[in-house]
Amino acid sequence: MRRYFPLMATFAVLIVLFGTASAMYDRFFTARVVANLFSDNAFLGITAIGMTFVILSGGIDLSVGAVLAFTMTFVASMVTEHSWHPVPAISLALALGVALGGGMGFLIQRYDLPPFLVTLGGMFFARGMAFLVSAESITIDHEFYTALQDIKIVVGPKAWLKAVALVFLSLLFGAVSLAHWTPFGRNIYALGGNESSARLMGLPVARTKIQVYALNGFCSALAGVVATIYMGSGNPAMGVGLELDAIACVVIGGTLLTGGVGYVAGTLGGVLIFGTIQSALIFDGRLNSWWLRIAIGVLLLIFILMQRQLSRMSAPTKN
Amino acid sequence: MNDPLAKLKRWFTGGGLLWPLLGLAALLAYDFAFVDGFFRLEVRDGHLYGTLIDILNQGSKTMLLALGMTLVIATGGVDLSVGSLMAIAGAIAAALVTQSEMSLALIVPIALCATAALGVFNGALVSVAGIQPIVATLILMVAGRGIAMLITGGQIVTFEHAGFVYIGNGHFMGLPFTLTIVALALGGTSLLMRKTACGLFVEAAGDNETASRFSGLPTRWVKLSVYAFSGLCAGLAGLIAASNIKAADSSRVGEMMELDAIFAVVVGGTALTGGRFNLLGSIVGALLIQTLTTTMITQGVPPAVAPVPKAIVIVAVCLLQSERFRNEVSGWFGKRRATA
Repeated sequence: MRRYFPLMATFAVLIVLFGTASAMYDRFFTARVVANLFSDNAFLGITAIGMTFVILSGGIDLSVGAVLAFTMTFVASMVTEHSWHPVPAISLALALGVALGGGMGFLIQRYDLPPFLVTLGGMFFARGMAFLVSAESITIDHEFYTALQDIKIVVGPKAWLKAVALVFLSLLFGAVSLAHWTPFGRNIYALGGNESSARLMGLPVARTKIQVYALNGFCSALAGVVATIYMGSGNPAMGVGLELDAIACVVIGGTLLTGGVGYVAGTLGGVLIFGTIQSALIFDGRLNSWWLRIAIGVLLLIFILMQRQLSRMSAPTKN
Repeated sequence: MNDPLAKLKRWFTGGGLLWPLLGLAALLAYDFAFVDGFFRLEVRDGHLYGTLIDILNQGSKTMLLALGMTLVIATGGVDLSVGSLMAIAGAIAAALVTQSEMSLALIVPIALCATAALGVFNGALVSVAGIQPIVATLILMVAGRGIAMLITGGQIVTFEHAGFVYIGNGHFMGLPFTLTIVALALGGTSLLMRKTACGLFVEAAGDNETASRFSGLPTRWVKLSVYAFSGLCAGLAGLIAASNIKAADSSRVGEMMELDAIFAVVVGGTALTGGRFNLLGSIVGALLIQTLTTTMITQGVPPAVAPVPKAIVIVAVCLLQSERFRNEVSGWFGKRRATA
């Protein structure tokens, strides 16, 4: 039961926050607000899901925001400036994301380099490449995109899930299945729990590690694609600091940064908490955006201290 | 080891100062060959001007951050919050300068004490609560910018205070005043670390914390102090940054500076695993980044594309430090020699 405690704490915080906001603001407790939580936070959610796997494996990836910006500008430039059809442009962008992630994973695994520094390099690289593709924001005007933006599933009165939310939710279900019902998922947990043990058990540690970063590269690129659909443009300056928001969502979702412990579902809770605070600030109108940063910082602090306490309690023989 | 030449050689190679110096020399050689007037210095109104002076002046913030970061990394930690702490120091100083009648001699210590206290908060999370440094300092990195905006009310606060403007733009003995600050900070830190036992404490705490604690070293206090020191350095850098532009821009100042500082420390030969450090190496590392940036600007590379060469340098430095990579490379050369 104790292993589910952080997960329950995350959703308890979410319910309390959402309940407070509903009590304070008119028309907050509606299907529309809930549906918009998924659409407005789709690209944050997608990067946070990829980040969950990296953190579960005991690593970290700082490049996600920059990869998102690169994918956005790349797709926008290909469609608008080089008249490509969006489908090949998006496919190529996703492949590039996987290649960059896999490349970083290779360096980290084969040469035993610190993930923090390698992905920092990846971040600088992808951000520079984004500006190299285009220094300005590019608007995407293509019938395929208009069609995508028009997709809606009605879930309530004046409430609908847009295409971006559907991508987020499908990825979420895919990620939960991947984490809990495949050998790959179990290998990630084993790798993050104890790398040497995983290796001694004969698990494919090297392959899994590279795959985790490739998967996160894919998620970052997918988030970039989703961001182009959401915004209708590609902006090379987009996503600065997104990696921190993603890491914060993962930690608030109850995943330990030391690896091996956590749930993808918790990350969903973290993303929804982030979105709820943001919506409440918009509803209020008097509070400024910097309160979001402070609130997230305080939540991070509380969750990290709570996890620390829990892991101390569950391992009384250590320390 | 009494031979001064051997001592000099050890000083260069043993501490890992050789590679960053070679890198810096290579960059400067490139500038000497391809950039017109890169080494030209001129004296105007008794002040020295030139690209080299610009590099030193612009690099002063990274150098200060790198000083604090070196000690933090030497204890096996990392401080991600320095960029946000810079914003807080700038916000406090700008708010006090514009809204109060306090003298600068009071305002500067207040701003520095505030960031040092936030550094203590980081240190307490790491050493008392036992949280991983990346996560512990992430909290202030995320929340710090919000706090800075809270202080300035989300506005960019501009000021015209002559004394405060002097910190980042003034000249002292013909050189930018920022260099005096860096020199004092480097000199003081080096003396403290190399002429007292403090340096040993820091290295011991980073090398093997358990062993150090059992041999009577108060490792908690050591860690607390290095994070406080890093906060102090970040505060100084933040004051310079605010003074440079005569404004406190809470949302932009110090953005990505933490990464530049970590980069400078790693390039300077201090390993992220802790246990050893090289203050002078970090200063050289910071100058290397600044020279790289300045070179690219003078060569007409758009500033936004500038991160790409930085990325290449980071990965190259990491690979050079990797045992396996070095073995593989020497393997290639071995084969080539065998076939030749």
